[in-house]
Amino acid sequence: MSDGPDLALGQRTGLALCRGCLAVCEIGHHASTRCPRCGGVVHLRNPRNLERTSAYLVAAAILYVPANVLPVMHSSSLLAEQDDTILSGVVYLFRSGSWPLGLLVFVASIMVPLLKILAIGVLVWMSARRSHAHPLARIRLYRVVEFIGRWSLLDIYAVTILVALVRMGALASVQPRAGALAFAAVVVLTLLAAQSFDPRAIWDPIDAGGRRS
Amino acid sequence: MNEAAPTPGLLTAVVGRQRLPSVIWLIPVIAAAVGLWLVVHTWLEQGPTITIRFASAEGIEAGKTKIRYKEVEIGNVGAIAISPDRKSVVVTAQLSNDARDLLTRDSKFFVVRPRISGGMVSGLSTLLSGAYIAIEPGSADEPSKDFAGLEVPLVVAGGMPGREFVLHAQELGSLDYGTPVFYRRVNVGRVTRYSIQPDGQGIEIGVFIDAPYNGFVTANTHFWHASGVDISIDANGLKVSTESLAAIIEGGVAFEDLPDLPPAREPAPAGSSFTLYADRAQALRLPDRHRQRFSMYFPESLRGLSVGAPVDFRGIVIGEVRSLRVEYEEGFSRMRFPVELDVYPDRLWSRSRDGGPADAYSEAKSRTIIDQLVAHGMRGQLRTASLLTGQLYIALDFFPDAAAASVNWSRTDPVIPTLPGGLGEIQDTVGRIAKKIDRIPMERLSEELSRALVSLDATLKGGRALIGQVDSQVAPQATRTLAEAEKTLKEANAVLSRGEPIEKDVQDALKQVSQSARALELLADYLERHPESLIRGKPEDPR
Repeated sequence: MSDGPDLALGQRTGLALCRGCLAVCEIGHHASTRCPRCGGVVHLRNPRNLERTSAYLVAAAILYVPANVLPVMHSSSLLAEQDDTILSGVVYLFRSGSWPLGLLVFVASIMVPLLKILAIGVLVWMSARRSHAHPLARIRLYRVVEFIGRWSLLDIYAVTILVALVRMGALASVQPRAGALAFAAVVVLTLLAAQSFDPRAIWDPIDAGGRRS
Repeated sequence: MNEAAPTPGLLTAVVGRQRLPSVIWLIPVIAAAVGLWLVVHTWLEQGPTITIRFASAEGIEAGKTKIRYKEVEIGNVGAIAISPDRKSVVVTAQLSNDARDLLTRDSKFFVVRPRISGGMVSGLSTLLSGAYIAIEPGSADEPSKDFAGLEVPLVVAGGMPGREFVLHAQELGSLDYGTPVFYRRVNVGRVTRYSIQPDGQGIEIGVFIDAPYNGFVTANTHFWHASGVDISIDANGLKVSTESLAAIIEGGVAFEDLPDLPPAREPAPAGSSFTLYADRAQALRLPDRHRQRFSMYFPESLRGLSVGAPVDFRGIVIGEVRSLRVEYEEGFSRMRFPVELDVYPDRLWSRSRDGGPADAYSEAKSRTIIDQLVAHGMRGQLRTASLLTGQLYIALDFFPDAAAASVNWSRTDPVIPTLPGGLGEIQDTVGRIAKKIDRIPMERLSEELSRALVSLDATLKGGRALIGQVDSQVAPQATRTLAEAEKTLKEANAVLSRGEPIEKDVQDALKQVSQSARALELLADYLERHPESLIRGKPEDPR
C-alpha cells in the first residue's frame, strides 16, 4: 500500500467533492463550506463525526439494557400466557434441544449488538486519541461492523411476523412488548453510529504525521 | 497552491458559518429518557404480589392459573408452595396494577373449577385451561396482601340485588352450588350454599333469587325439587315435563305460589324459611290440616298393597295406606290383617253442598258424615291399580246391596267395613264356573256319543254299496259310447284333410294363367310399337 507525503489527498490539495452535484470545490483549509453551484454543504470530513458517533453509541448503550431486560414479546394461548425476553427465548431454545438455533439467536441478538457497540467505541476512542496503531485492522473492523449491522433486525423481524400471523383471537395471539421497541432502537442507533463514523478519521492522524501511539 | 488564484475549472466554495455544537447529544438524552420511561413504566405496571392460602392446590398451576374478577383477568398465579406447617398451600399471585383497589382485608378468594353447567358452558378456555381463582372484593379500607382462600365457591357476587332464602329438605338430591332456581321455568336464581342441619335431621339449603324476581316469593310460596323428568300417561297421551334441559342434567329448584290460597302480595323477607318438597304435585297439594286414622280388614291377601298406596274415593285420593300389620289371637286360632289408613277429611268435604264456604272441621261432624256414608253402602275394597305390576289400592265406593255394617268408633283407628273386590271377585267367579263344569254328567254323555257313532257307521256302509253299483253297471256303458263317438270324429277328420291338395293345385293353375295373360299383353304391346322386330328380331340393348 502506497502511503506517504506524496499521496494526493483532498485535504492536502484543498479540494473537496460536493455530494449534491459532484462538483469538485476549492475548500482550502476550512472544515465546511457551501457549494457555489448547488448550495449544498461541502466538507472535507463529516463534521463532528466522532461526537455524533459517540452520541449515537451512548444512546444505543443506554437502550441496550431495557432491550434485554424487558420482554420483547407477549404470547398468549388457550393454555398459557407468557412474556419473553430475548434471553428467555434463547434459554428456551437451548432447553428444548434446538441449540444451533439458540446459538444463532444468541449471537445475532445479544452478542452482535454488544460487539458492535464495543467495536465502534474502540474505533471512536482510538480516532479521538489520534492513534496511529493498526489502521488497516481498524478499517477492516469498521467494514465488518457496517456489514453485520443490516442483519441485526432479525428479532424484530421475527416478532413483527409473529404478531401479524398469530392472530387467532382467544386461541393464540402474540403482542409486542416494550423490549422490542428498545431493541429496535438499539439496532437503529448502532446503524446510525456506524454510518456517522467517518473512516477517514482513522487515517487523518497518520497523514498529519502527529505523534504515534 | 495559491488560494487567491483559484485553479481554473474549480469552484471556490463559499465559507458557511459554524453551527452551535452538540445538538446531536440530544439523542442519548432522549434515549436515556425513553429507556428510563420503559423501565419505570414496566415497573409501575407490575401490580401487587399477593399470597393466598388454600387447603389444596387442586387445579391450580403455577404460571397458568389466572386470577379473575367478574371474569376479567387481573392476575396470574406465579408460584405454589406448601406452607411451613404443611397444612395448606400458599399460592403466590402477581396481580395487575389496576387490581390494587380490590385487595382489601376482607376480600375473598376462591377456586372456580370448570363446571359444565347444563345451562351454559362458560368459556371454552376454562374447560381447557382448568380452574381459575376468583376474587370477591371486600368493603374494608385496609389493604392486605395475604389472604385465606375460601374452600367453597361463592356463587352470588356481593352487592347483587336479590334476596336469599333458606329451604329445608330431607335430602340434597342432585343440588349443588350454583344449581338454578326456576320460577315458571325462568331461571331466576341459584343455590348458594347447603349444609346438614346441626341435629342431622335434614338439609338446609340457601337459595338466592335475583332482584326483580324475589318479590314472587311470598309466605304462600312452595319450593320443590325440579330435578329429573316427569312422565305421565293420561287420557291425552304421554306427557313428559321438566323444568329445562339443564334441570335434567344438574337438577334444579322451582317455586310457585299455592294456587287455591288467597294471594299473599307481601314478599317474604330475606332469610325466610321454606320447605323443599320432593316434587311439584307434593308441593302444590293443599296443606292437609286434619288427619284421621282408620283401619280396614280385608278377607283376601294384601300382596301388592304397599305403604303409601292411595285411598281412592271414586277417583279422588283422600288418603294413603299408613301401615300393614298382622293381628292374631292367642294360639293363632284366627289371623287378621289390619290395614291402617291416613285419611284427610279436608279433601273430602272442603265445601258444603250449596257451594258456600266450608264448615269448620270437627271430629263429631266427620263421624256423622262417615256413619251416613257407611249406612248408604260405602265400603272399602282392594282393587288392582295396574295389571302389569299387580299394585293394589284401596277404593271407597258405594255398594247399596251390601250387608248392613257400621263403623266401630270405640277404637283409636275406627274400622270401616270392607267387601271382597277386584281379584277376589274374579276368583269367586272362576270357582263357580269350575263347579258347574263339575256337575256335567260325563258318563251318560259318552254312552250317547258311542250310540250315535254306531248308527253313523251303518249309514256309511249303505253309501258304499250304492257307489259299488254305479261302478259296475253305469260306467262300462258310458265308456263304450265315448269310444264310438271318438271313432266317428276321426273319420270325419280324415275326409276333410284329404280335400286339401286339390284346392292348392287349382290356385297354382289360376296364378299361371294370369301370368301368361300378362306376358301376351306385353308382347302385343311391343309388336305394336316395333313391328319390324318380327323380321329383324329384338334389337340389342344400347348399353
